[in-house]
Amino acid sequence: MPHAAIQADRLTKHYGDSIAVAGISFAIEVGSITGLLGGNGAGKTTTIGMIMGLVQPSSGRALVFGADMANDAYRVLHRINLESPYVDVPHRLTVKQNLTVFGMLYGVTNLRERIAQLAADLDLVEFIDRPAGKLSAGQKTRVALAKALVNEPELLVLDEPTASLDPDTADWIRSHLERYRARRNATILLASHNMGEVDRLCDRVLMMKRGEIVDDGSPKQLLTRYGRQNLEEVFLDVARDRRRAAEAAQ
Amino acid sequence: MIGNSFAISPRRVGAMILRHWYLLRSSWPRLFELVYWPAVQMFMWGFLQLGVAKMPGAVAGTASTFLAAFLLWDILFRGQIGYSMSFLEEMWSRNMPNLMISPLRASEFVLALVAMSVVRLSIGLVPVTILAIIFFGFNFWSLGFALAAFFANLLFTSWAVGMFCSGLVLRHGMGAEGLAWSLMFFFLPLTCVYYPVSTLPEWIQPLAWALPPTAVFEGMRALVIDHVFRADLMLWALALNTLWLAAGAASFLWLLGASKRSGSLLQIGE
Repeated sequence: MPHAAIQADRLTKHYGDSIAVAGISFAIEVGSITGLLGGNGAGKTTTIGMIMGLVQPSSGRALVFGADMANDAYRVLHRINLESPYVDVPHRLTVKQNLTVFGMLYGVTNLRERIAQLAADLDLVEFIDRPAGKLSAGQKTRVALAKALVNEPELLVLDEPTASLDPDTADWIRSHLERYRARRNATILLASHNMGEVDRLCDRVLMMKRGEIVDDGSPKQLLTRYGRQNLEEVFLDVARDRRRAAEAAQ
Repeated sequence: MIGNSFAISPRRVGAMILRHWYLLRSSWPRLFELVYWPAVQMFMWGFLQLGVAKMPGAVAGTASTFLAAFLLWDILFRGQIGYSMSFLEEMWSRNMPNLMISPLRASEFVLALVAMSVVRLSIGLVPVTILAIIFFGFNFWSLGFALAAFFANLLFTSWAVGMFCSGLVLRHGMGAEGLAWSLMFFFLPLTCVYYPVSTLPEWIQPLAWALPPTAVFEGMRALVIDHVFRADLMLWALALNTLWLAAGAASFLWLLGASKRSGSLLQIGE
């Protein structure tokens, strides 16, 4: 039986007395796009950190393509990648130099062709020889996405990929992600506060609150379950415990 | 950056060296800084040596080692700073998580930092040694084979300290950055750069001899003053350095693991 792209098994992280992630379990199918939603401090970034091997779980396991990311990550690191607004590529290096370095780190074959392809796909040609630190926010996001796609990852983890972008650029990025998933049958895990984005891209949504997964379903299922017109209203219901309050009232 | 830490891919090491080479060549202030401070120091010690040499007696004999001592100290200090600066560049640019999630192994990262420390040291040291010949008639390279032994031992120590400092910054964030700059100065009085070990109080001399650079500086004085190459001192330094490098690598790996346990890799900053 093939491995799930991601499997979290009673994944827990606490910092001293504070619990960031409280024993969550879920599996994400290969080729799916899953949204990870939750307010600030819900535990999304820590969960992503454990999935990427950046944070060691206090207990439980995060498996990626069957590899335990706490002690066997090397087996799969060449198959995955991450884009996050909390991480930058070196600012003084040009876009091409950055892609060259990361391409070499990931052992990309035909690197020159791969960079040319990324430059064409993500519209980087015009500024490919410019230092990454001198680009606009939209250009930087495209470069960060190019870095995340340089190894054609089977699992792409995106933390707020369109934050601070204008609607046109954000839409352009979403279209690119849809095409990439379709072409590569890639799995995408997306943490976002943009409900329109989640509704458009995601097959499934995991709602997090205080380190727990409090709901799980397709966008359509969540709308039905909460009796709402859009995911933003669902998000507010979860954030303010309205569903639980309504159930208690019944 | 993960387990199996001692396997090596030349391609990934090369990628990291290339990354830092791109950075160095794009920034003249970074290149200038590599030469500027060693040159200023060399002139200061050179003139001090000239001045003291005019005094009578034993003082003049000791003073003849000042320039050699300074240049060797600079290898030790610049070797560690060269290592730590390349590491800190990753922290300053918020690139560390990108490296940590890539297939780059800890051993490859360390090797690339070691290579960059040699590159940075060479850029600074070669012009300064040429200036020492021109202005003070002191040919550092005439130390020959002994210089190679001094050089290797000092670099080994500098990398061990660099690994420890890098681990501290990973674990404790940029608040620990100051240690990367200043920790080596702890060794300045104890390793007897400018005076013999016998100058220290007797009770502290065993501690001094446990530091590999002490043997190098004693060896340098034996060579410059008595014209004797002390192979025993170099072997002692090498044996100590083997332990120091092992301890440096172990501390780096342990602190890297601790940073994953504490979640500090996700909160890079102060």
